[in-house]
Amino acid sequence: MRVAVVGVQGDAAEHVAAVERAAASYGHSVEATAVRNAGVVPDCDAVALPGGESTTISRLLHRRDIAPELVAHVEAGKPLFATCAGLIVAARDARDDRVETLDVLDVAVDRNAFGRQRDSFESRLDVAGLDDPFPAVFIRAPAVADVGPDVEVLATVDGQPVAVREGPVVGLAFHPELTDDSRLHDVALFDPLTGG
Amino acid sequence: MAEPTDLENLRRGTDLVKRGFARMQQGGVIMDVVTREQARIAEDIGAVAVMALEAVPADIRKRGGVARMPDPANVEGIIDEVSIPAMGKSRIGHRKEAEILEALGVDMIDESEVLTPADDRYHIDKREFTAPFVCGARNLQEALRRIDEGAAMIRTKGEAGTGDVNQAVHHQRNIKGAIRQLTGMKHEEREKWAREHEAPAHLVHETAEMGRLPVVNFAAGGIATPADAALMMYHGCDGIFVGSGVFGAEDPERMGTAIVDAVNDWDDPEALAQVAGAAGSGMSGESNASLPEEEQLQDRGV
Repeated sequence: MRVAVVGVQGDAAEHVAAVERAAASYGHSVEATAVRNAGVVPDCDAVALPGGESTTISRLLHRRDIAPELVAHVEAGKPLFATCAGLIVAARDARDDRVETLDVLDVAVDRNAFGRQRDSFESRLDVAGLDDPFPAVFIRAPAVADVGPDVEVLATVDGQPVAVREGPVVGLAFHPELTDDSRLHDVALFDPLTGG
Repeated sequence: MAEPTDLENLRRGTDLVKRGFARMQQGGVIMDVVTREQARIAEDIGAVAVMALEAVPADIRKRGGVARMPDPANVEGIIDEVSIPAMGKSRIGHRKEAEILEALGVDMIDESEVLTPADDRYHIDKREFTAPFVCGARNLQEALRRIDEGAAMIRTKGEAGTGDVNQAVHHQRNIKGAIRQLTGMKHEEREKWAREHEAPAHLVHETAEMGRLPVVNFAAGGIATPADAALMMYHGCDGIFVGSGVFGAEDPERMGTAIVDAVNDWDDPEALAQVAGAAGSGMSGESNASLPEEEQLQDRGV
């Protein structure tokens, strides 16, 4: 399978490495590519939308015509794995007009919900469907503030949803690509494609 | 739904959190700003973060005298103005300026040779801070010393305020070249290299095994045009700092937008030609070769 990692800005290199690591540990044959231009996403089976700065990423996705391809990808029912800034960009509403969201995930998000960088943190996080807690890294992280009727909440911090799923879209407020734990890549990317 | 996690068991200011923040800046352009208005423009044209300072490097050079951290009231104004990260510069070795910047809430501190060094022998012990730091380096040994002190990001130490990219290229080639050399060495040869270059041995081994620095590596100093930014990406930088290059240009908005685009299109000459054509004239600049040694900033804090 082909996985596109949106690479206009942010930690795309870490996501490519994490997708490859995850594929190896679950025995899938995967080609992961960082994407900076239009024309690649339509040929891919799954897409990861990495962390970075949501203002910058959303501007570049529209300026470089990748935004409509991502919307079509989700409309076709193909998996999208959106982390941190990716979650903000994928949301219905970022509650900030500096971010033009894709509206492919029926949630509103609060940017920097836990504060500035000095408030960023690591924590073991209980996630629905995983047997053991997940090592979650939150960096100037958003939180989900308002959840649509078809959205499943997978994890919370201090009462605020930080992991959600709606159909083919999984959104996380944290960074699974910064650790060696591949379980959420499996949940978001490989399970839907292999019927796992 | 799973058991909720509460805010009791959180770990802040870890290496993973600090280096992780730096990783999120990759592929981005961090722009120097001296006012709220400039910060607003920088965010609007696609900067990934802004760097607050009291004057852009070209003006610091012209003005002379002692260059210090920016006015706290101005830093607060810049933090309030933008949703992207706001960074601030402290003098080399000035722990108190760094503590003030951290208390103000800046997202990253640049312990910078562009300001007048406060300590001619020691850098700040950056491991004690919750805020991540970026530091300049001219070569690999300098980069590894800064990482050992706790830096979460390394940038080249090109001659700031000159508009001449030549020293940034020189430093990046030094770093990448030394990494290539180490990668081909046996364990005992790396140990000897570490001793001879006054570099921490554990970081020498880690860098050699990874084939890159263990933290992100940005370009800074003298980047004045989209082509300069693209050149530094070609040399393997993870992102770009632009100082006087944006707000010293004829049309800062056009130049800033073009530099942001050039970082994405650095390997596509046709796209780059369009981007460069839309930039307008760059800052006037001053060749590195014409700088007397005492006016060079890069020899500060090695």
